[in-house]
Amino acid sequence: MTTSAPELPDFAPKLRLTQSHADVTSDVVATLQTPSRGYYMLLFGAVGMFLVGLITFLILVKDGLGHAGYNPPVMWSVYITTFVFWVGIGHAGTLISAILFLFRSPWRTAVYRATEAMTVFAVMTAGLFPIIHIGRQWIFYWLLPYPNARYLWPNFKSPLIWDVFAISTYLTVSTLFLIFGLIPDVAAVRDRVKGWRKFIYGQLSLGWQGTDTQWRHYSRAYLYMAALATPLVLSVHSVVSWDFASSIVPGWHGTIFAPYFVAGAIYSGIGMVLTLLIPLRKALRIEHMITDYHFDNLSKLTLLTGTILFYAYAMEYFVAWYSGNIFEQTTFFRRAFGPMWWAGWTMIICNAFVSQLLWFRKVRTNLTSLFVISIFINIGMWFERYVIIVSSLSNDYIPWAWDNMNPTWADWCILAGSFGWFGMYFLLFARTFPIVAIQEIKEMIPMPRRRAGGGHH
Amino acid sequence: MRLPIPKRKTVPGVLASFEHIDAATDAIRDLRARGHRDLTVYVSHPNHEIEDALGHTNSPVRLFTLIGGLTGCAAGFGMTIWMSRDWPVLVGGKPIASIPPYVVIAFELTILIGALSTLFAVAFLSLLKAGRKIAYDPRFSDDRIGLFVAARPGDAGALEQSLRDAGAVEVTHAA
Repeated sequence: MTTSAPELPDFAPKLRLTQSHADVTSDVVATLQTPSRGYYMLLFGAVGMFLVGLITFLILVKDGLGHAGYNPPVMWSVYITTFVFWVGIGHAGTLISAILFLFRSPWRTAVYRATEAMTVFAVMTAGLFPIIHIGRQWIFYWLLPYPNARYLWPNFKSPLIWDVFAISTYLTVSTLFLIFGLIPDVAAVRDRVKGWRKFIYGQLSLGWQGTDTQWRHYSRAYLYMAALATPLVLSVHSVVSWDFASSIVPGWHGTIFAPYFVAGAIYSGIGMVLTLLIPLRKALRIEHMITDYHFDNLSKLTLLTGTILFYAYAMEYFVAWYSGNIFEQTTFFRRAFGPMWWAGWTMIICNAFVSQLLWFRKVRTNLTSLFVISIFINIGMWFERYVIIVSSLSNDYIPWAWDNMNPTWADWCILAGSFGWFGMYFLLFARTFPIVAIQEIKEMIPMPRRRAGGGHH
Repeated sequence: MRLPIPKRKTVPGVLASFEHIDAATDAIRDLRARGHRDLTVYVSHPNHEIEDALGHTNSPVRLFTLIGGLTGCAAGFGMTIWMSRDWPVLVGGKPIASIPPYVVIAFELTILIGALSTLFAVAFLSLLKAGRKIAYDPRFSDDRIGLFVAARPGDAGALEQSLRDAGAVEVTHAA
């Protein structure tokens, strides 16, 4: 029997799709082997940081929020900053897994699983912060519409209640989307491993066998999940931005906020994707699957969203001047030249200026420079939210009411704990589940044929 | 070990394994032309050629997504409007039940219930066919295409020969 070489799609050389289907399975299953010492050291560090955060949280539960740096009029500070930061991180994952799926971008396939896992863990991290911030954490369920003793319902006109619905929907849908995509891959792992691992993966694969009936419903459902996740991700950070924009605090009350926040969210998320993927592909030896081409495309997305941010920053200053409103003008003057000038300039330099380096192809294809830029993005985007929240509140209206806040140990420990909590889940996931989507890579690689040519459509 | 579901009946038939996609689709078309309707095809990834050969129509999942989404939208508006009127609190001089802010809640619930019912649909529609046990091979999640044809033990011999002629690299009998 003769075998003719399958005809590769035209994007194949860029993605280096030269493996056979069996290679894809074995390469990805190989990432689940016993990890190195470096992995355990990273995991140990992450768990340690998480424990620091956990102990701090328990102290906050016992003593109250007095340990944190709240100081009137700054009653939203590091916790809300970090909440917005982590929600934003999540957005890049959904952009890559859902929006680029609808656009049929072939480069999405190799990176989407890692970014989607990042989304789920980032939103899991973000969801903790409003609960930490409310002070009496044990009654957080008062936010939900449930029939309490007085039949008093939440105020649905409040953006904070919209946020409860937006974040919990986002967490649920992105978690289900991740698990749904994993089912066929977990089944592929089940068929390759032995012993107790086979049993565990067997239970997790939910009886998946890849029959034509299963694929028929699965493919359609995946398309609809992507179609539902696309407007969802755009709505979530818009709703987060309305937490600020629908108030009348100078520096918050801007109609540009929803698109500005969504662009910032995707920008920060791709920064985190780069921070995670550059070491990960090396550690898991999947350099032939996640290539320069992927990083080039991720950098172009960073450049696009970074440039939108540049525009938004400029427009905020223009509108503050053009509005003729003295409160608005004072806030923006003090953002650049007030007591928090260093935070304001960190945000502008790290986001608006550093991202412009990505116009150069040499920078986009050099992983060291990309990694350094991604760290600047992470820092810059945390400071963006810190500046918007803290500096706007610290000089709101009448100067005698102005005051500054200084973050305390409790603020920094909870922030560090959030990175530990996120890192712990991401490391455990990368070790336990296929970090590259086996079935979707296979879908792009044509199967061998007996007859030459065609048939692919 | 299995989840506590009732013991499933094993279906007798022939399980063929293919390495070449065109051989598999030819075999499927040939079997369908000869009147075999009870075919199960295993493949590691969604494959349009196999779908075409089987003559699959669009999955009814779409209906579940639509109904779920509309239910969520109605529930979102229904809940917010009813709850506002149940305990009227005047906020900012706005109407007790004001539609624009409730659009956000209705939108989120549209997505939430739509997504949940989509996944429910996959579980439900796939389980409809899971009541019986059909032969499987772990290589079907790797690089082989599996084709199971339900057949009485008497017909299996002829079927096996025709599958081998069609290019199957391995054929086994499942009883």
